Amino acid sequence: MEKDPNNILEEVTQGDYKYGFYTDIEMDTAPVGLTEDTVRFISAKKNEPEWLLQYRLDAYHKWLEMTEPTWAHLLHPPISYQDIIFYAAPKKKKELSSLDEVDPELIATFNKLGISLEEQKKLSGVAVDAVIDSVSVKTTFSETLEKQGIIFCSFSEAVQKVPDLVKQYLGTVVPSDDNYFAALNSAVFSDGSFCYIPKGVRCPIELSTYFRINAANTGQFERTLIIGDENSYVSYMEGCTAPMRDENQLHAAIVEIVALKEAEVKYSTVQNWYPGNKKGEGGIYNFVTKRGICKGNNSKISWTQVETGSAITWKYPSVVLMGDNSVGEFYSVAVTNNYQQADTGSKMIHLGRNTKSTIISKGISAGFSNNSYRGLVKMTKRAENSRNFSQCDSLLLGDKCGAHTFPYIKTENKTSIVEHEATTSKISDDQLFYCNQRGISTESAIGLIVNGYAREVLKQLPMEFAVEAQKLLSISLEGSVG
Amino acid sequence: MLSIKNLHVSINGKEILRGINLEVKPGEVHAIMGPNGTGKSTLASVIAGRDIYTIDEGDVLFKGKNLLEMPIEDRASEGIFLGFQYPVEIPGVSITNFMRTAVNEQRKYHGLDPIPANEFLAKMEEKKQMLEITAKLANRSVNEGFSGGEKKKNEIFQMAMLEPSLAILDETDSGLDIDALKIVANGVNKLRRPDNAFVVITHYQRLLDYIVPDIVHVLFDGRIVRSGGKELAFELEEKGYEWIKASLV
Ligand SMILES: Nc1ncnc2c1ncn2[C@@H]1O[C@H](COP(=O)(O)OP(=O)(O)OP(=O)(O)O)[C@@H](O)[C@H]1O
Ligand SMILES: [Mg+2]
Repeated sequence: MEKDPNNILEEVTQGDYKYGFYTDIEMDTAPVGLTEDTVRFISAKKNEPEWLLQYRLDAYHKWLEMTEPTWAHLLHPPISYQDIIFYAAPKKKKELSSLDEVDPELIATFNKLGISLEEQKKLSGVAVDAVIDSVSVKTTFSETLEKQGIIFCSFSEAVQKVPDLVKQYLGTVVPSDDNYFAALNSAVFSDGSFCYIPKGVRCPIELSTYFRINAANTGQFERTLIIGDENSYVSYMEGCTAPMRDENQLHAAIVEIVALKEAEVKYSTVQNWYPGNKKGEGGIYNFVTKRGICKGNNSKISWTQVETGSAITWKYPSVVLMGDNSVGEFYSVAVTNNYQQADTGSKMIHLGRNTKSTIISKGISAGFSNNSYRGLVKMTKRAENSRNFSQCDSLLLGDKCGAHTFPYIKTENKTSIVEHEATTSKISDDQLFYCNQRGISTESAIGLIVNGYAREVLKQLPMEFAVEAQKLLSISLEGSVG
Repeated sequence: MLSIKNLHVSINGKEILRGINLEVKPGEVHAIMGPNGTGKSTLASVIAGRDIYTIDEGDVLFKGKNLLEMPIEDRASEGIFLGFQYPVEIPGVSITNFMRTAVNEQRKYHGLDPIPANEFLAKMEEKKQMLEITAKLANRSVNEGFSGGEKKKNEIFQMAMLEPSLAILDETDSGLDIDALKIVANGVNKLRRPDNAFVVITHYQRLLDYIVPDIVHVLFDGRIVRSGGKELAFELEEKGYEWIKASLV
């Protein structure tokens, strides 16, 4: 009759990674390791203009001078950069005009994930730019978007099509020497998405991209650039899952967002990289630099993230509030289970007057995992009458996991207000008993309670994504019981 | 329906129930009364399957099945409902979502498909009206920020939704104002059927004016020391527990 409640939680949280599978696609790869030649190889492969090659080489040389940061609450064996393949792309095939021409294995992969392109295309009205490994395979709806002057394509395509726009904004939000991983990305970035919304245009559909890591030993270095021109609006979504794998995989992406005067950019992501197995073996190392700049007055950038995957997550989506009255938001749910480690949070840098930022962070830790919130709110001297509100909550499942909060606040003026609230709670036995007594299994109860806890963040997601995210939250904490 | 024989239960080595015998038949309403701390809630929790207790001795059968070996959620799906003395809060989970999950998990147990959305909403509407629950309350998170009375009403609402065959109501009347008490009692009476039964734990004879019991039990020091008709409740109200105590020595 007596059962240790921690055992129940343990059973329940020991779910196998349900999206673990592997697709075999012929690769076109760079030699192992990183040298100046690797950088040149990647740039040549992509047929890049000279200035971009120089940008990469410059970043590479800066990277050589830098050292890996150690301040995060993360532990991992040293990453051996000379054992990584820095570029892999599906072999170039002829231009695709319909989904029928897409590699059937690829389609099968998407079907397993429940995100078949066909369905996406027909049912949801979402333009899908599917990135498998490094090269964009298929872009849909681009014609509709083109009519409005919206550019939504792979980063490599943008380099060919609108080089001036890329040149104007690349690296203006995240300089190539911003941090170790940003420098690495700037040297070897493979592909990603590019999005430009012209003046006065409201993008009529949610833009979404699915990223996947697909080749053994291939570092992934996505590069995304989103530009909202004056008085424009766009909601951009990115989601990803990855196949099961033994060795650790490095992933160091950069996302840059620029919002000009009166523009609003909403960026949502559900991240589900392979987290490693129950013993903590394998899994993705995810070192990401995401930053937006509210460049113009009255502009707004909003980050919403649901993080369930990766062995290691190092990620601080930030907003630089440069324009007066600009608004920055960060909504986050981060789940860690088994031996996952997450050090994530946000930075809000207030430069303009009357700027406003909100940080809502919900950490959920289970198993032996460690989940840290790290945030910086900075009110500069010029940022008079600005406000920040931060709410950082932690939910613990079981007693072998950890939750930590590292809030940093710097205020250089007297008229700004910074508020920080933090709570730590557990799923109580009383709650579980209450749910069980209504016929709800412990597994479902945890899903229910966790989704309730994260509701404030989930409701920020676009509808299609919210449903997917809810499922993912339950799945990532679910076990083989029942 | 429910058959408890010589049930001994302890917690952390402390014996709380010391030989309970109880037979509940379909269609019956039983009332359990007794001083604070005598084990009424413990009995209710053990029937529901709370696993912090140690069963030292005895049997509990429900519809002929050995209840003590059944997981909590299976007992619920088999038809046992516990109206909690202290309902817990589940932040962020709406009552609607909570109830839909509960209804569907119970249906799954019985091999049924999930309830169609329109059918579910119609049922919610019907039960809300029966218990005079405002739409606002139903959209709020389960028990979060509810007043004591609202929590109790919500328990009865859930009971109405789940249509159990045995409902154990642990002090559902405490905290209810007189109007709410009538509504709740009325709800219970409407749900009474020849094939279901109620066990009502209460400190007040007043409730039994509205929910008329077939049998009243007095639980004292871990044992049922008296059982009788409705009159027993009046006698208790009049003479207090000292009277029981005195008659025991
Ligand atoms: N978790 C526990 N740990 C230790 N003792 C407990 C625990 N739960 C209950 N008890 C004890 O068991 C006894 C019976 O408690 P129970 O809640 O069943 O009483 P009750 O008859 O429902 O009282 P009331 O009328 O006040 O609700 C009390 O002495 C109580 O302190
Ligand atoms: Mg009690």
